[in-house]
Amino acid sequence: MNIKKLLPQLLTLLVVILVFGFFSYNAQINMENRGITFGYGFLSQESSFDVQFSLIEYDGSHSYFRAYLVGLLNTILVSVIGIIFATIIGVVVGIARLSNNYLINKTAAVYVEFFRNIPLLLQIFFWYFAALRALPLPQDTEPMFGVFFLTIKGFFVPAFVWNNLDIFIYSIIAAIISIIFVRIYAKKKQEKEGIQTPVFSISIGLLLILPILSFLFGGVDASVEIPVIKQLSQSGFTYEGGIKLPPELISLALALSLYTATFIAECVRAGVQGVSKGQKEAAASIGLTPNQVLKLVVMPQALRIIIPPTTNQYLNLTKNSSLAAAIAYPDLVLVFAGTALMQTGRAIEIVSITMLTYLSLSISISIFMNWYNKKIAIKEK
Amino acid sequence: MFKYLKQLTSLVAMVAVLFTFTTETMAAKKSKTLKNTQKKGFVRCGVSQGLPGFSNADAAGNWTGVDVDVCRAVAAAVLGDANKVKFTPLSAKERFTALTSNEIDILSRNTTWTLSRDADIGLTFVGVNFYDGQGFMVRKNSGISSVNDFKAGVSACTNLGTTTELNMRDFFNSKGIQYEPVTFEKADEVVAAYDAGRCDTYTTDKSGLAAQRIKLSNPDDHIVLPETISKEPLGPVVRQGDSVWEDIVRWSLNTMIEAEEYGVTSANADSMKTSDNPAVKRLVGAEGELGAALGLDNEWSLRIIKQVGNYGESYKRNIADTGILPDRGPNELWTKGGILYVPPAR
Repeated sequence: MNIKKLLPQLLTLLVVILVFGFFSYNAQINMENRGITFGYGFLSQESSFDVQFSLIEYDGSHSYFRAYLVGLLNTILVSVIGIIFATIIGVVVGIARLSNNYLINKTAAVYVEFFRNIPLLLQIFFWYFAALRALPLPQDTEPMFGVFFLTIKGFFVPAFVWNNLDIFIYSIIAAIISIIFVRIYAKKKQEKEGIQTPVFSISIGLLLILPILSFLFGGVDASVEIPVIKQLSQSGFTYEGGIKLPPELISLALALSLYTATFIAECVRAGVQGVSKGQKEAAASIGLTPNQVLKLVVMPQALRIIIPPTTNQYLNLTKNSSLAAAIAYPDLVLVFAGTALMQTGRAIEIVSITMLTYLSLSISISIFMNWYNKKIAIKEK
Repeated sequence: MFKYLKQLTSLVAMVAVLFTFTTETMAAKKSKTLKNTQKKGFVRCGVSQGLPGFSNADAAGNWTGVDVDVCRAVAAAVLGDANKVKFTPLSAKERFTALTSNEIDILSRNTTWTLSRDADIGLTFVGVNFYDGQGFMVRKNSGISSVNDFKAGVSACTNLGTTTELNMRDFFNSKGIQYEPVTFEKADEVVAAYDAGRCDTYTTDKSGLAAQRIKLSNPDDHIVLPETISKEPLGPVVRQGDSVWEDIVRWSLNTMIEAEEYGVTSANADSMKTSDNPAVKRLVGAEGELGAALGLDNEWSLRIIKQVGNYGESYKRNIADTGILPDRGPNELWTKGGILYVPPAR
């Protein structure tokens, strides 16, 4: 019986090992025959190409490994922005689909059906090429609130120039730690005495007061640097100073969030509808206010239904961000599996690193979401 | 027990299939490429995704261009028919992998010959069929008339993964100008972004600028700056390790250039068999046994000249008459002030 169960498993394992072994052997032989060497030593060589947009200091005199980090951070940046906006839009639209208001309900439905049924790459091209052409040139743009400039060359926003930034950051960390303590205290108090503490208002207060104190007494100082128009030639202009968000990042983040939000909206709708009506009625009958019903009864149960499929959407969004290569956003695929691969010709090495990186990114998101899912799952006592 | 037997046999079958698949692609032995090409009956040629004058397909799918003609010349030499070519359009990113992984046998895709490409990644460059250099295109109304007019903050659109990207950095760094590189995978996307105003300048090989300019919405509003910032010798590439095939491609290209030098054209090639000049007679296969050295018959070069034409004819047909670069510049014969100079076929 045991052998019967074990044998197919062992055979499968053997076949997997054989297949992998055969392919790597085959690749080795073929590369040897063609005089191609294999190795990851190139990662420390000078990359000698520049990247348009980078979160860390980088130029062509840095190594290929640094270029890899630049691409990876850009991928993470657009994924995080995408996940945040997709979640916000998704939750709003998902709840709107449950609304009794005909107009809101139908608008949300049309949005979902429209955006989830058009291929993502097409949407990215639309937001980049069609919307980009509609944006004004730097010299023609109308500033928003006098300091934001949306142009075809990017979205120029003011930057903060900090003095003693570290003290400011410490004050925020201190605020977060005290909020955690307040929550623990509030929970204990409720369990013992049944009195609820306004945790939310206290948290907001702490988050505001501590940083303000750091301004008043900690020597923290911030000034705003507003972008200034700069003439490059008789007809060419750009903005200098401030922070520049490249149009590639904006279009990609927009396309990813609008697309993924449709799926998240459906997850949210399914989750809320999945909580039985009797639960709400029972909660109301013991005197909970509608807000409390939503917060304490409906949402905890709906989240259990919402989280697992939403995790998949987060994973999809992260992987879909690799379509960035189509519109010149310097993500991992464009910088590393694109330019670096081309300049070094090391296809097997670079593709293997890129695959492993996406795998690790996905697994990290999975692990985090599984942890969160476990946390909110029913704890049987 | 039979149930597992069935699983087992299907697994064995799967592995067997994998083995037969891959043994076929293993190790190109000496001139295996030639043997395979003759067996298949066509030359597998990698070209660009559409660069007028170099490799461009019309609505009916007929490929034309000077890069295309190199492959046609090889087909004429090896198979006797210049039309027996299968063209595979490749992006800059795909091109070398396609060649080293045996998808194609010649890469003739406006590819710059550099040391690292030649030596490091299993490729061999066989010659130069177009001497090019990198330039810049700007809007006429910008008033920029020289690369010295660029100012810090300039954004430059180009193709990713090309020598262009590296030259651009060298150039702007040497001038001490901070710039913004915007790199796309496809040339059409570069053109679209530049056209929309995303970039102040579009930089690539000058021949490419001339060819892509006609795709802009108002070609007359743009000019190519006079300066050339790099050397870009473009030429066909083959896999490393098949020296016979390498020689065939190299001498097919050389034959076209030498034919122009001796005035042999597609029209007069046959009559040149009775020429007084032994070099001309060798070129059209009326003297010597040059074909045998390459493993071909003696008419191979005659077929190239008759079916494809000499280099001058190819240039005129594809690049000059289409208005891309009427002036041959360095791509003129060495006897006429250019730098086209090939070793003698003897």
